[in-house]
Amino acid sequence: MNHGTLLQVEGLSRFYGPLQAVKDISFAVQQGEVLGFLGPNGAGKTTTMQMLTGNLAPSQGRITVAGHDLLEDPRAAKAAIGYLPEQPPVYRDLTVDEYLDYCAALNRIARSQRRAARDAAKEKCGLSEVGRRLIGNLSKGYQQRVGIAQAIIHLPPVIILDEPTAGLDPIQIREIRHLVRELGKEHSVILSTHILTEVQTVCNHVQIINKGELVLNVSSDELAQRMQSSVLTLRFRNTPDLAAIARLTGVMNVESADGGGLRVYHEPSTDPTEALVKLSVEQNWGLAALIPQRATLEDIFLELTRDETAHIGAAA
Amino acid sequence: MILTIARHELRRLFLSPLAWIILAVVEFILAWMFLQHVEGFIAIQSQLLGMNGEYGVTEVVATPLFGNAAIVLLLVVPVISMRLVTEERRNKTLPLLFSAPLSMTEIVLGKYLGLYTFLLIQLLLIALMPLSLLVGGGLDFGLLASGLLGLALLLGGFAAVGLFMSTLTQHQTVAAVSTFGMLLFFWLLDWARTGVGGGVLPYLSLLNHTEPFLKGLFDTRDVVYHLLFIATFLALSVRRLDMDRLGG
Repeated sequence: MNHGTLLQVEGLSRFYGPLQAVKDISFAVQQGEVLGFLGPNGAGKTTTMQMLTGNLAPSQGRITVAGHDLLEDPRAAKAAIGYLPEQPPVYRDLTVDEYLDYCAALNRIARSQRRAARDAAKEKCGLSEVGRRLIGNLSKGYQQRVGIAQAIIHLPPVIILDEPTAGLDPIQIREIRHLVRELGKEHSVILSTHILTEVQTVCNHVQIINKGELVLNVSSDELAQRMQSSVLTLRFRNTPDLAAIARLTGVMNVESADGGGLRVYHEPSTDPTEALVKLSVEQNWGLAALIPQRATLEDIFLELTRDETAHIGAAA
Repeated sequence: MILTIARHELRRLFLSPLAWIILAVVEFILAWMFLQHVEGFIAIQSQLLGMNGEYGVTEVVATPLFGNAAIVLLLVVPVISMRLVTEERRNKTLPLLFSAPLSMTEIVLGKYLGLYTFLLIQLLLIALMPLSLLVGGGLDFGLLASGLLGLALLLGGFAAVGLFMSTLTQHQTVAAVSTFGMLLFFWLLDWARTGVGGGVLPYLSLLNHTEPFLKGLFDTRDVVYHLLFIATFLALSVRRLDMDRLGG
């Protein structure tokens, strides 16, 4: 796949009065990338997405979509974007077909091609059966799909989805994730969510935003590496010598865990398990349990969003 | 693109029962008034014959009917205009328009044109009543055309104010009441006598620039007044929607 930069964001900031909701965010999205945008509620995810789609004017910064500056040439830039807001922008008193035809017209699809565009979007989103039904009578999951169909009807290079799986049942969530993965093959997708597994299953690039700042920006491979670290939980029958454990190569920190165990943090590259076992036998500590722990995305997320000074990988 | 939005607005208006009800109720009320005017005309017909044809059926029936229509529409336009933007804001459908490759002006003009087309349909239905008199005699078409033009311009102003008011709020009733208040105020500006603004305020009155048309007096100054009135409120609407993006 061609790796052209489709979306470029530089120094984006947004103030609501004195409150700075988004602080100097910069990133780029390549073609064929599915970018997961993670953050707790109120972190600035939606604000950022609204700015990317021209629904909100940035206080500072530049946004370039497919080579067009969003502020200087909004029409061309917006034509390259499909946007699903948090709440799908559907008219409940129209049928799915009527609504999608209107969206196609709004996105300047020529009259002769509208039907084909509509059918293609319906096909992708699994709406073929419900074309003649009123949107207001559809379930939440189907309305969400209509919202996605609206965002992709003009085949934009960049698709921005704000919490596409919020409020759906597990089966619908799986379908939507599958759809997003499919979309990611041809388009660039930015997806905001606060569901962590969603990012792991769907995205190939992850960003975490907290209090308006970008605190993590890595590919999912790097993320997987980061998650391989690096905690061993140990339990001994006798009291071990903490200082001796801390002296082992690769061990960064030792602390006592709940229930009388020990937690040993080590560098991901050097695994001190073998040395630890050997030491335990030599000193007769009576090793009772040794559990290697994989850090989950949740751990990283919590660590980053709790610690205000964390800036790990912001420049990556 | 403007036409796309206009067609969409018009279509959605007719999807709700409100549009049909309004057409029917206004037509019914004005038909009642029309009949009274016709009856009055029949009563004084013999006297008019003696006046060398200075007054005809158009003056006696159509002109007062159009005057009544202006008042009735002043009451009705707020109800039909109130949902234009408020509803979209409520249902959070505005992002659809904002993230489409459209300028704010296109959005506003599209919505305006949709509403205005509806009002012109209403006007057409009203015009059919005096035209039905052709069955029994002749009409003064110049006077009729001038009256219709006056009403059309007046409705253009009503629609522009209605659109602007609906961009201000999320609540339809608030939009309706403020539109009504604004329109009535512009109507009544005429009441200002001497003293503060005694000269200027009546000049700004909608009434004073519509009445000449109804009397068959076509004055370009009145046309320009109406066009400026419409343009002002449309420009304010564009500004207000732009504020949605800038402020927040």
